[in-house]
Amino acid sequence: MFQISPLLKSSVLAAGVCFAAATAMAQGKPTDPQIADIAYTAGQIDIEQAIDALKKTHNKAVRSFAEEMIRDHLAVNNKLIMLYDKLDMTPEDNDTSRNMYREARVKREELRALSGSAFDKAYAENEIAYHEAVDGALESTLIPAAQNAKLKSLLETGLKLFKEHKRHAERLVDELK
Amino acid sequence: MPFRSKIGRRGALALCVVSLASPSFGAGPRLHSIGIDDLAFGPAPGGLHVNDIVEWKNSDILRHTATATDGSFDIDLPAGAKGRTILKRSGSIPYICRFHPGMKGQLEVAP
Repeated sequence: MFQISPLLKSSVLAAGVCFAAATAMAQGKPTDPQIADIAYTAGQIDIEQAIDALKKTHNKAVRSFAEEMIRDHLAVNNKLIMLYDKLDMTPEDNDTSRNMYREARVKREELRALSGSAFDKAYAENEIAYHEAVDGALESTLIPAAQNAKLKSLLETGLKLFKEHKRHAERLVDELK
Repeated sequence: MPFRSKIGRRGALALCVVSLASPSFGAGPRLHSIGIDDLAFGPAPGGLHVNDIVEWKNSDILRHTATATDGSFDIDLPAGAKGRTILKRSGSIPYICRFHPGMKGQLEVAP
């Protein structure tokens, strides 16, 4: 259902985060239960990446950023779960979510091979690319496709949050130079 | 209780000092509220004066801060929390959320 544009796939793969942006070029419209799964997955991936970062980094600013990612995405994902319960909606696994996890695993392995300042820099740069990719997917595909008003509204909050995290990651990259 | 009464006396003294120092003769310092929700600060209240108190109430599901760019205050605001500062100087005081730097506000404080 969600075919990935080869051009987009290759360019974003270079940044290591093709999965979420791929959704932006989806040829079919995802259903609400599929969107629910993609939205939750997007947050969960960043939480897992941040947990890795906390295990590896000794940089105070990177630690603080990673803690923020865990805190914010947990809060939004908890809100998503509450909404799904309220709507009696069961998130539906789909190719986009599976691709997101697959690509995230590849990126995590790349980052795990690094240490010290090389890790910090790569993590921060990946956070910019990741949040930018998810922004694109939310804006161009997920939000327009969402049918339920409450789900759409929560996705819009998610978009604001991802944009803020991207700004924060950009600031972090500047600090690490 | 002794501890509580000690705090109470200190609090009363502090309020008294603040009140005497207030330039708005007789009116004393006023409390102004700014809401936070959906990754945004609410509008800045008008009529702020030195020694007034500004209180932020975070109704968002996310933790925020109200952090003055001049370093005059840095208030941690977990989800659902309130936090206050006393305005110490006049002029424009821009502030942001340290976690979400696109969240911006500005206080205009008269003497």
